[in-house]
Amino acid sequence: MISVYHYMTIAAILFAMGTYGVLTRKNAIVIFMCIELMLNSVNLTFIALSRHLNNMDGQIFVFFVMTVAAAEAAVGLALMISFFRNRESIDVEEIDLLKW
Amino acid sequence: MASILFYILAFVLLAATLLCVTCRNPVHAVIYLVKGFFALALMFYLLGAPLIAAWEVIVYVGAIMVLFLFIIMVLELAPREQPQGPGWKRWVPGLMLAAAVIFCSLLIIFQDPSAASGNPAHFVGPRAFGEALFGRFGLAVEVVSFQLLFAAVGAYYLGRYQPREQDKEETS
Repeated sequence: MISVYHYMTIAAILFAMGTYGVLTRKNAIVIFMCIELMLNSVNLTFIALSRHLNNMDGQIFVFFVMTVAAAEAAVGLALMISFFRNRESIDVEEIDLLKW
Repeated sequence: MASILFYILAFVLLAATLLCVTCRNPVHAVIYLVKGFFALALMFYLLGAPLIAAWEVIVYVGAIMVLFLFIIMVLELAPREQPQGPGWKRWVPGLMLAAAVIFCSLLIIFQDPSAASGNPAHFVGPRAFGEALFGRFGLAVEVVSFQLLFAAVGAYYLGRYQPREQDKEETS
């Protein structure tokens, strides 16, 4: 029988993979995809616990998380295009204007 | 039945995510992540959230990931050189993951897995969900709609056409 712990374990592994991708990849778009992945692992946690506690509020919060993800993707990709126009690359190593 | 489905979906999800995080080509990463999101949507369905599963497919796979793919192709980020070795080998992991996702979907369609365990598949229907969303959480919906508006304005502001300095000199 599948319990809530199985789903929580899967969500934790997904979040860890997303963190690994954010920390190791250099392509900014792939980093954004890894952030989406982390948001989705949180969604899985919300829904598993909503089922476990027999409470619907978790599913409603997933709706808000999806809205945040959509807004983040729109603004983030606009930033990518703006950066690409200036530097002809979206390597995160080259985003160093504020570094000292 | 439901536990077998869960293990297949978990394997597909983790394998697709691992391939997405490790593969070099960003287009392949998007494709693997789309497969992972399909598996995640089926998992949401197993957890009794059919509405969220539909949104996962529509919003994430249909809108956000396609937007990522679009940006990758607009900026020409995909590597140009052809990889070595026979072509069919590159198709194998993607095709196997897709086949597993389709198999699980058909299994869910033809044999409702939640019937055996006693948990109803439609734990939260669209009606109850909408009543709670626009009733108790009505203010939060308004806040989120403002957030989407600000995001749209911000994206427009960042992506507007700016003529470069040398272009200005050429035209003047």
